[in-house]
Amino acid sequence: MKEQLQSIKNEALGEIAKVTSLKDVNDLRVKYLGKQGALTAILRGMRDVAPEDRPVIGALVNEVRDAIEAALKAKEEAISKTLLEEKLRSEQIDITLPSIEIKTGAPNILEHVIEEVEEVFMSMGYDVVDGPEIEEDKFNFELLNIPKGHPARDAQDTFYIEDEKVLLRSQTSPVQARTMLAAGGDKPIRMICPGKTYRRDADDATHSHQFMQIEGLLVDKNISLSNLKGTFDVIAKKLFGDNVETRFRPSYYRFTEPSVETDIPCFVCKGKGCPLCKNTGWITVSGAGMVHPNVLRNCGYDPDVWTGFAFGFGAERLAMLKYGISDIRKFYQTDLRESAVFDRKEN
Amino acid sequence: MISLNWVKDYIDISDQEPSELAVKITKAGVNIENVVKSRIDNLVIGKVLECVMHPDSDHLHICQVDVGNKVTQIVCGAPNVRAGLKVLVALPGCVLPGDFEIKAGRIRGQESNGMICALYELGLEKKTEETYAKGIAEIDTELEAGADANIYLGTDDTMYELDVYKHRNNDCYYHIGFAYEIASILNRKVKLPVSNYMPINDDVNKYATVEVKTDKCPFYLAKMVKGVGIAQSPEFIKKRLVAAGMRPINNVVDISNYVMLEYGQPLHFFDKDKVGNRILVRDAKEGEEIVTLDGNKRTLKASDIVITDGEKPICIAGVMGGENTEVDNNTKDILIESAIFDAVSIRYTASNLDLRSEASIRYGKGLNYEYTLEAIERACYLLEKYAGAKVLKGIIKHDKLGKKVKVVKFKTATVSTMLGLSLTDDDVKSELSRLDFPYQYNCGEFIVTIPNRRLDIDENVNDIAEEIGRLYGYHNLQSSLPCVTTKRGVYVGDVKIRKEVSKRLRSLGLNESKTYTLTSEDMAKTFNYEGKKQIKLSNPMTIDKSVVRTSVLPSLISVYEYNKARNVKDVMLYEISKTYDVDYVEDIKVGVLMKGCYLGNEWQGVNVKVDFYCLKGILENLLNYLGFKNRYSFVKAEIDTLHPGICAKVLLDRDMVGVIGRVHPSYKKDDIYVAELSLTKLYNKQIKPLKFKEANKYPEMVKDVAFVVDNTLESEVVRTQIKRSGGKLLDSCKEFDVYNNVEPGKKSIAYSLTFKDTTKTLLEEEVMAVFNKIISDVESKLGAKLR
Repeated sequence: MKEQLQSIKNEALGEIAKVTSLKDVNDLRVKYLGKQGALTAILRGMRDVAPEDRPVIGALVNEVRDAIEAALKAKEEAISKTLLEEKLRSEQIDITLPSIEIKTGAPNILEHVIEEVEEVFMSMGYDVVDGPEIEEDKFNFELLNIPKGHPARDAQDTFYIEDEKVLLRSQTSPVQARTMLAAGGDKPIRMICPGKTYRRDADDATHSHQFMQIEGLLVDKNISLSNLKGTFDVIAKKLFGDNVETRFRPSYYRFTEPSVETDIPCFVCKGKGCPLCKNTGWITVSGAGMVHPNVLRNCGYDPDVWTGFAFGFGAERLAMLKYGISDIRKFYQTDLRESAVFDRKEN
Repeated sequence: MISLNWVKDYIDISDQEPSELAVKITKAGVNIENVVKSRIDNLVIGKVLECVMHPDSDHLHICQVDVGNKVTQIVCGAPNVRAGLKVLVALPGCVLPGDFEIKAGRIRGQESNGMICALYELGLEKKTEETYAKGIAEIDTELEAGADANIYLGTDDTMYELDVYKHRNNDCYYHIGFAYEIASILNRKVKLPVSNYMPINDDVNKYATVEVKTDKCPFYLAKMVKGVGIAQSPEFIKKRLVAAGMRPINNVVDISNYVMLEYGQPLHFFDKDKVGNRILVRDAKEGEEIVTLDGNKRTLKASDIVITDGEKPICIAGVMGGENTEVDNNTKDILIESAIFDAVSIRYTASNLDLRSEASIRYGKGLNYEYTLEAIERACYLLEKYAGAKVLKGIIKHDKLGKKVKVVKFKTATVSTMLGLSLTDDDVKSELSRLDFPYQYNCGEFIVTIPNRRLDIDENVNDIAEEIGRLYGYHNLQSSLPCVTTKRGVYVGDVKIRKEVSKRLRSLGLNESKTYTLTSEDMAKTFNYEGKKQIKLSNPMTIDKSVVRTSVLPSLISVYEYNKARNVKDVMLYEISKTYDVDYVEDIKVGVLMKGCYLGNEWQGVNVKVDFYCLKGILENLLNYLGFKNRYSFVKAEIDTLHPGICAKVLLDRDMVGVIGRVHPSYKKDDIYVAELSLTKLYNKQIKPLKFKEANKYPEMVKDVAFVVDNTLESEVVRTQIKRSGGKLLDSCKEFDVYNNVEPGKKSIAYSLTFKDTTKTLLEEEVMAVFNKIISDVESKLGAKLR
């Protein structure tokens, strides 16, 4: 009987090793362990075994059954695994096919630049404000130390709606006057104002009758030109990189005194001199200066107590310099093939 | 234009390289836009020693030319070349206009080491048939062969082109003023020109009287010269006028311009015989006429100033002289005017007449009275010297000028603080003496007198700080940040909602556009759904930019067309812009335009095409984001330029805040959807604070129901009724199926209703009770049938 059991075991393990489907495994389970199975038949024959041999044979039967069951289970798992693998293999996709494009929109390039400038100035405590684009002559010129008939008006050929009274603002500087007047002459001010401005220029690659300025104003006590330089350096580093050099050059504006123009090295020639920078090696990025005492006075601030600085960037100019854009009209065309690039963060 | 040769009369700059000097001047504040060198290098005087015909040509000559250090062979094609002639020789290395560099070479086998030039080849004459026929320039000069030809040609000058607008004033726009600027930069002294003529024993007062009957002429001087001989100006005057950008005419006219370019003071020369004995300066009469020097008849306004002979105008003051008293070839005696007129008035007149002359620009910027006098004396001197004039003694003077001396008192510390520099008293003293500003110094206080030539400087310490700072050098400035109180920067007022809307729309897939505020009248007529009256500019440049828009939608259509023409199929745009109506009422609008595929993947067959509901979803998303959930609705309406069956007004708290719809097919046949909201109106609405709401813990129950209703009945009506009848237990109601024309004139709409109770588990019976009530209410009140 021992031999018989051993041969059942060998035969079963041999057969189990050969089968490849779950059904076959099941058939083998029935064949060996089922009610009509070979092992069950042996157990049925136990009554013919001498009582003293029964424990030994019983133990042997159990051992054989355990071995067969373990083999069946292992085989079953192996086949299941293979089947799953086959199934997954059949579900494989071509991951190189194109995606569903999740589209987000791009900002206008000017807005992109303005948002960068806003981020820096807001972190330094500047508010972002705006004023009307249809403006009174008083705010656009007179309060800013540019009386009627003054030659400084020549540089800003203005669109008038009512002669000498109401106009399309030719600069964002009227917002300086409005902000100071609103603050009432006794509170410090820190603000920037990005906004649209208009001048009677015929549109071409470098002129636009509509353009954007980013105005800035700080009014406080003991403010110096060196503070303006420091502030300009921060924004220049943000826009043009930490290693950018900056230069202040004297200039003349009616609403600042002293006035400066702020330069950075020319991108094209790196300071050697080229047509872009008119052989100076430098490119002007903004006009600025200490707020003129007349402007402070006109806007309710006592120039003996308060001082401040103001600056103005041309958003188009910044964008043209930063991204090498040569035609100012690009900003107002919204060519989606070009603007899509700007749907991303800066470095 | 400033001529450096001319400036050299007043200051020694022989040691300065012109381009480097230009950098110094620009750094100190006067912007030199361009340095123009008229010099042509490697151009010498040559003498033709021998001239024979070229063996292989019927027109070329082989010349042996003395060029100073050697005799060299040059092949020349000009018919007038011959031995003995002095000529202009461009040697190898010489670069002629058009970037044409002369090189040694061979011409038809014969060596040629340069080029004998015609004036037009040097850019000194225009190339015409006439100048071409003249051939090479035949030079009549004492200069030896080999001498620098630029000396002969007067091309040894350098000109500085200035930026007139950026300019602080006109004080650098004449040569003496410019010399003062260089003097302060280089710390040198200016030497003024002489005017030492010999007056004859006759007095101007015998020949003329001047009466001024306007307060717009505070200063008027007149002198007289006799017996001028009209001729060509001497070469140096002609060359200098040309260098400064003016055309030489004759010695007399040229002298008036020459003096203006020296002192910045425009002069006017009247032909004395044509004027008579009386000069009356007065305001013009409205409609008064005068024929000016250029032959044009001008009609004047009462705000203009005229010089008259007592009766008729003979000159528009400060702008242009009259033809009737013009200096001509027969002129003998001249009355010279040197005056100051009201700058604003001159500017208005020049701009009204569109006559911006060299004179009017200078009058318009204001003048220094000291030079008004010096200029008239200088003109007398030059007329005596170069026009054979005899100068009468005496001067006629009208003087109502308030000659206030400008004085600034300050301490060094004030200037130091303002600039952020640490200056000493000695630094300040040194800068003031460079500026040639007289000052007194008492116990730490400076009292500075501002010279009259610096009209731009006011009695402010800022003005002095600027002068000191720019000479001391801003490269000495340290970078520092202002020491101010801590504060966070915020978006003020409606700037915030603009930023929020902009960012949200971008994240929803729309691209930001910026277009022009000014549009054409035709464009402004479209999408005027509010029927607003529009602003028309009083001085537009072009008709396509003459109206201030009240909606951004017309511009967005243009952007769509632009992209469509460039094969961009999916166009998703928005623009935020201020708009204004005729009463200047500001309304910030956000316009949206969508066309094409919103979301898709072709090979997968995924394609969410833009339609009304897609754009409606964008608006709802935006309004929800802004905190207006459950406060807005879309109401069918007729809207200008939109498809009458596919458009709606957007209401918020029952106020109209915008529109949405498909663009009218007769306007644009493409399937374009647009919407516009007033951000000004949204900004003025209050919103509730954001609060946390815990999710429902008990299971919800969903029931579906479909109704057949009239095709014309809007789903919103049914939904509102369902919600009303559903009461507290009904949480939401959403359409999930719509069939049009299930029977004639009828449609079927299926709704999915979700019931919930946040306090307990729902019972089937209570939900069914509500559900049945909903059905019976909708049937009875709306004439619907359960499907």
